[in-house]
Amino acid sequence: MTDNAVEIRDLVKTYGGGRSLFGRKAGEIHAAKGISLDVKRGETLGIVGESGSGKSTLARILVGLEAPTSGTMQIDGKPWEELAAAGSRAFGRTIQYVFQDPVASLNPRKTIGDILDVPLRLLCGYDAGKRASRKKELVDAVQMPLDTLERFPHEFSGGQAQRIAIARALAAEARILVLDEPVSALDVSVQAQVLLLLQSLRDELDLSYLFISHDLAVVESISDRVAVMYLGEVVELNHAAKLFAAPQHDYTRALIASAPRLDTSGMA
Amino acid sequence: MTDMALSAPAPRKRRSNWQLLMANRLAAAGLFIFGFIVVLAVLAPALPLPNPDITDQPNRLLPPFADGHLLGTDHLGRDILSRLIWGTQVSLIVGVSATALAAIFGSLIGLVAGYARGATDSVLMRFVDMLMAFPYILLAIAIVAALGPGLLNALYAIAIVNIPFFARNIRGVTVSIRNREFVDAARLSGKSHPAILFTEVLPNVLPVIVITMSTTVGWMILETAGLSFLGLGAQPPTSDLGSMLGQARAQLFTAPHASIIPGIMIFVLVMSINLLGDGIRDVLDPRLRSGALDRPMPVTKIDRKTKPANEIEDAPALVVENLSTGFDDGRSIAPAVRDISFRLRKGECLGLIGESGSGKSVTALSLMGLVASPPGVITAGGVYIEGREVLGLPEHALIALRGARVAYVFQDPLTTLHPLFRVGEQIAEAILVHESVGRTHANRRAVELMETVGIRDAGSRANAYPHELSGGQRQRIGIAMALANDPDIIIADEPTTALDVTVQAKILELLHDLRRQRGLALLLITHDFGVVAQVCDRVAVMKDGEIVEQGETSKVLRNPQHDYTKRLIACVPELGEGQAFLDRVRPLFEGAGA
Repeated sequence: MTDNAVEIRDLVKTYGGGRSLFGRKAGEIHAAKGISLDVKRGETLGIVGESGSGKSTLARILVGLEAPTSGTMQIDGKPWEELAAAGSRAFGRTIQYVFQDPVASLNPRKTIGDILDVPLRLLCGYDAGKRASRKKELVDAVQMPLDTLERFPHEFSGGQAQRIAIARALAAEARILVLDEPVSALDVSVQAQVLLLLQSLRDELDLSYLFISHDLAVVESISDRVAVMYLGEVVELNHAAKLFAAPQHDYTRALIASAPRLDTSGMA
Repeated sequence: MTDMALSAPAPRKRRSNWQLLMANRLAAAGLFIFGFIVVLAVLAPALPLPNPDITDQPNRLLPPFADGHLLGTDHLGRDILSRLIWGTQVSLIVGVSATALAAIFGSLIGLVAGYARGATDSVLMRFVDMLMAFPYILLAIAIVAALGPGLLNALYAIAIVNIPFFARNIRGVTVSIRNREFVDAARLSGKSHPAILFTEVLPNVLPVIVITMSTTVGWMILETAGLSFLGLGAQPPTSDLGSMLGQARAQLFTAPHASIIPGIMIFVLVMSINLLGDGIRDVLDPRLRSGALDRPMPVTKIDRKTKPANEIEDAPALVVENLSTGFDDGRSIAPAVRDISFRLRKGECLGLIGESGSGKSVTALSLMGLVASPPGVITAGGVYIEGREVLGLPEHALIALRGARVAYVFQDPLTTLHPLFRVGEQIAEAILVHESVGRTHANRRAVELMETVGIRDAGSRANAYPHELSGGQRQRIGIAMALANDPDIIIADEPTTALDVTVQAKILELLHDLRRQRGLALLLITHDFGVVAQVCDRVAVMKDGEIVEQGETSKVLRNPQHDYTKRLIACVPELGEGQAFLDRVRPLFEGAGA
């Protein structure tokens, strides 16, 4: 047992490459080329990179939605293969995932109460009374009103829906959360609120986050350490402040230089 | 707390499904006719009708309105009215049961194939393909021939030949729903695959099943009648609309009423069901309900109380005065943007910034009357291009301005470029719409334009399809199309939102250079203050459909006057600020209730 929430070693994921019916070899896409990362307990590890850099592939493998081609992973001290063999419930209890598009991640034909009920029933095994009280606690924890439970997803704005999605991830009582672009679809003021919420939840519930985003400033604001991904590889990993103050890799420098800033004149 | 007000938004006033169905006159008529026929068929045993199977040779082939036989008698002297009502009952039962059977098995196959994919999908769908390989009615006849004639066997045959129709439809919908994030989310919540299929996917597929059923019932009744007509369905003496028609065809010339009456009944029944089915589809399909599939008018409806001046003196490239646009929801016009005024000089860049729902895009589209109508209505104000009011122009004149004087660049070129045409052709087409130059000349110009927007090796890239280009290159093509006719004004609606930061930087640079070189007036719509800071001379901040603040970019950013602008700017995290950002914004949201 180490003090790492997540340990990834030499993770490789290749798509395609199978042989077609007539023996032609299909093109291969290397989504992850030997990624090694650790997320410490109680830490937020930020991952930045552009589209196609393999961020989301990494996230989906971690939560068991996809299988790696090779490499080893330890999640909360348990090997990935062990969790995979035990089925999706074992994953759900250990690690949870918050999706980029909160509205798409909520079934439009179910009430929020029904949606929150599923992990409480299947992952935690609570009885009806306990589920009802937990649902109220969860809605309260993400700062939403109680009548949220009877409403349908389309009645909420993007920021509210993301709070609900976070509540669902918390319902499983997993200690590790993978947040895949959780604020990218939100307006700036809502984005700031959700970031504040994530920060306070992490401190209260002692959670570990893997925070994925393409927005450097957002990642910097919430992360302890940041990994920069480029074409399926981690090219740089450092403490947030150090990484942005003194980037080592050329790609990191290019990324920082391209980020739009408010102070065009350098005197804001 | 603006977006996050503690109470969820009030439910929007929507007409109920029933009201919507009734508003569709044809569907309502279909419903009433079908309802009447069903009631009649159900009440058949209780109605004072003579026995439909008793023959009465002396009174054979009586014409309609004969004594005691309202619709006359057939070749065996049986009462046609009685046989018609009993026959309708049989046809309805068979048609509806066949639909239900086909729907259950077809949907099941479609759901499993679409959800499981892979080998299961292949096996199931090849089985369905096999069913489809035979001509439809021939297969039904073959099945009945194998099972032996009879109503029940006809029912099975019709159900089986209709399974592919349901299976293929439902599979398509299931595949798209399976890839939605909420299915992954349900898996992470611990649901098993069967549970996901039946509790998460099925509720979302159900409307499609209902729509498919409502549009096929009529068809199935027709097929039952067809099989009975051929003598493979209902066996004498059971009456059924198809067999009545079949038996009466021998007397088509001597006693036409015996075949015409069941024929009319089949027509009315199937017609009413189809009208009702179309109505149900319109109500259940949210895209149809929102009017998204209606063909919009070529120019937004313009309904201004007061007409603004036709021309204004020494105006810059673009002047917008008191523009208001709303959406007509049937009872009133809900305003989307109110009282928008701004000016844009040649060579200048104005940023229009605001959060989602603030009316930025509606403003941009209103300028050239591009807001979809219905439901969009321009209710007030004027748009002046080079001093001339354009919204009051005749339709063709306004359409001619689009692309020629004012061009648009949209957010995601993958959705605005046609996927089946080469990008070079699409740029050339934009030229040919406004100028009658030759194809080859237009193609050459297209390649030149691609070079202008910085596409390397433009000559060969012109032959690429949109999906073969990267997001940044596609946006360059979008810009090239906008430049095709040397416009004076370019309206760019979130041109870099779908792009990576490094690509965004290059596209913004391109827009900046083009503006310099060509003296373009650029209206840049964005939600990103960083983008505004980089390229815009002036900025207008929009909130809830109104411009709350307008001024020079550096002044507004450094010293915002309006509270909303202040908040917006404060919420933008700055690179290098680190975790201090969250400490800085925390006070903004405290004390507001959250």
